[in-house]
Amino acid sequence: MLRYSLRRLLAAIPTLLVLIALAFFMMRLAPGGPFDQERSLPVEVEANLRAAYRLDEPLYLQFARYLGGVLRGDFGPSFHYRDFTVTELIATGFPVSFKLGATAILLALVVGVTAGSIAALRQNRVTDHAVMTVSMTGISIPNFVMAPILILVFAIYLRWLPAGWGGSLRNMVLPVIALALPQIAYISRLTRGSMIEVLRSNFIRTAKAQGLSTRTIVLKHALKPALLPVVSYLGPATAAVITGSVVIEQIFGVPGIGRFFVQGALNRDYTLVMGVVVFYGALIIAFNFLVDLAYAWLDPKVKYS
Amino acid sequence: MKRVTAFCAALLLAACSTDYQAVGPIGGESGTELAERQVIHIGNGADPQTLDPHRAQGVPESNIGRDLFEGLIAEAPNGDLIPGVAESWEMSEDGKVYTFKLRENARWSNGDPVTAGDFEFGMRRSVDPATLSVYSFILSPIENADAIIAGELPPDALGVKAIDDRTLEIRLANPTPYFLGLLTHSASYAVHRASVEASGGEDYWRPGKLISNGAYQLDEFVVQSHVKLVKNPHYWNADAVTIDEVYWHVTEDINAELKRFRAGELDMTYTIPKSQLSWIRQNMPDHLLIAPYLGSYYYGLNLTKPPFKDNKALRRALALAIDRDIITKQITAAGEIPAYGWIPPQTANYRGAQMPEAEWTQEEREAEAKRLYAQAGYSAENPLRVELLYNTQDDHRRIAVAVAAMWRQVLGVETSLVNQEWKVYLDTRNQFRTQVFRAGWIGDYNDAYTFAEIQHSKSELNNTGWANPEYDRLLALASAETDLDKRADYLQQAERVLLEDMPLIPIYFYVTTRMVQPWVAGYEANIMDHFRSQDLKILKH
Repeated sequence: MLRYSLRRLLAAIPTLLVLIALAFFMMRLAPGGPFDQERSLPVEVEANLRAAYRLDEPLYLQFARYLGGVLRGDFGPSFHYRDFTVTELIATGFPVSFKLGATAILLALVVGVTAGSIAALRQNRVTDHAVMTVSMTGISIPNFVMAPILILVFAIYLRWLPAGWGGSLRNMVLPVIALALPQIAYISRLTRGSMIEVLRSNFIRTAKAQGLSTRTIVLKHALKPALLPVVSYLGPATAAVITGSVVIEQIFGVPGIGRFFVQGALNRDYTLVMGVVVFYGALIIAFNFLVDLAYAWLDPKVKYS
Repeated sequence: MKRVTAFCAALLLAACSTDYQAVGPIGGESGTELAERQVIHIGNGADPQTLDPHRAQGVPESNIGRDLFEGLIAEAPNGDLIPGVAESWEMSEDGKVYTFKLRENARWSNGDPVTAGDFEFGMRRSVDPATLSVYSFILSPIENADAIIAGELPPDALGVKAIDDRTLEIRLANPTPYFLGLLTHSASYAVHRASVEASGGEDYWRPGKLISNGAYQLDEFVVQSHVKLVKNPHYWNADAVTIDEVYWHVTEDINAELKRFRAGELDMTYTIPKSQLSWIRQNMPDHLLIAPYLGSYYYGLNLTKPPFKDNKALRRALALAIDRDIITKQITAAGEIPAYGWIPPQTANYRGAQMPEAEWTQEEREAEAKRLYAQAGYSAENPLRVELLYNTQDDHRRIAVAVAAMWRQVLGVETSLVNQEWKVYLDTRNQFRTQVFRAGWIGDYNDAYTFAEIQHSKSELNNTGWANPEYDRLLALASAETDLDKRADYLQQAERVLLEDMPLIPIYFYVTTRMVQPWVAGYEANIMDHFRSQDLKILKH
């Protein structure tokens, strides 16, 4: 197990390197630069800026310098947020995204798995159809429609919850719900599908033949194997949700790091985009690794060596 | 069950209720009674890029800057120039030397006196290439400023000198009638020398470190969320400041901003979503403020290559074939003013010029357009095929579609529309890989010159490639002229030359659109769209 983990971690290094190289050169290929604006800068001023940010050096040198910085944990200064380094921006933004995302994923997991299991047990009955209809709707309605509806109802008409961000628990409710809804829908469908399959398998039939209660069968025997597909979905989904959703952050004014992806790219904020890409890449690799470890625990057939 | 019923009832209610309304008359019985809590929440568009006044470039940081800092000159709510840190000033006869007398009681937020030396230090820092300012050109009328920005002279060669603690002398290269207006700009602000130097210029703008001389001081700066300011007790006019706390919120999503306003979380918005304009007009007309803005929306023509190179008739034909009333009444629809000239009519030191056809009917203009189109060598059999470039945005697309239709209908021009993401668009435009491009120009200061200068043949801002010696000559005359009347004459003549040659097609003059809660008092729209929180009050509501 330890050897496997070490091997996985070592394999992550070339993956990250390729990711960094791709992101770095693709970003530079995009037309326009960080200092292009409606009012063109005087030539000398632009030259000064380029020199200060070392954009005047050959590209390979910039890349080498960037890699060196990343190794030291230094993502460089942001081009757009001129008062901050990228490391600072990620350090202040990520805790917010993480808090929202982790809450949303937990909520989605609890509600989704419960709803999915219930639907599987009542397959093709009214409850099943109701759960699946609701979850299908949840999947189909995109965030950017759902979030404004939530705001309209709960913030503007009912005045129960705030529409924007303020950092308090009350501020978290609507964004968390908006983030969790599509995940709930997806997880409940995944759970239902695999639960139905598991319930039909031989070992469950054996359990039933032994006269165990449905409750015991589901909770003790069926749930663990039924969760396998959910777990493999959860790895990348968690990484995506805790690094912030552009749409949700924009609509609720949440100061997370999701918006950095899009705003960074639009502003040609090279270092910021690189920083969030590397960070996100590392998270994805970490979560996929965790998923594989969870597999070994959930499925006795999976063994790593 | 009870809860569920209550929820359903609330939903039903929600379906037919309107937005929150204040209980009781606003401002109490007298109408001027103040609210107990003087806290204001203002939508501010995008994130401020920096709070360093000398590096500031966008509207969001300029807005916050006016609360944090006070220049030698300030602006009243209606936009008039009023004394700021300078309580009085004198101009020499030749208009080239200004002497400012600073207030004795002007203080930094740590209690230190604001001195002439602070302004000298600030302006030198502003033009110093090491500061990496992108707006230092604002100070370019000052003696040697351009050479310092270009790195040819050291910063202390700048024509700004502290005679004593309360007297500041500024020498200009040329008489500049709009110079006092420039002194309201953040590029001219003083900074607290000791704290800037102590930090090596690195992080003195952080909360807890930033020392400012305006009505407010920095309390919080949360990227992508808000900047919170609190009253500066040492401000010389602190007694007249009513609002204690100001939140400048990041409101990048304009639809979300409107919702936060409707939920009562914002007292003022940055702008409004155009798509919601008719809904707002119907449902919240009293909250909507629309006012002229110092900006010109236009289509630039690339004169460096065919078809527009050396083809004035064609350029004029395209300009005349556009029905601006349709664009401003049916597409933008917020009260924009159809533009037959280049410089917005309310600009200071300006006597408007228009194209001669401005007074004609649209039918007459179209007839003339057809004549010019034929004269330019085009016809139904041999139509002009042209590419119209705009940056990706719905309003620009709708205008481009309409203009293309007008050109086709009136002249038979075949227009292909090309949209590009903003930075790509800038790149294409700045490298002259265009034929027709949409653009907007917002004045940097309230003077006709801010518009006139961008079409100067030597200007970096000239994206049409137009060069007319007569135009350049008139601008040079205007720059050297101390008599305001004569100067306005030169600028008017220059604009006529421009409109005659038509390197760009004016379409409309901008307006600002903003939602303001009825309990916000003291706000007046002005052409620069500048306001200071210290002039606002929250009425009882």
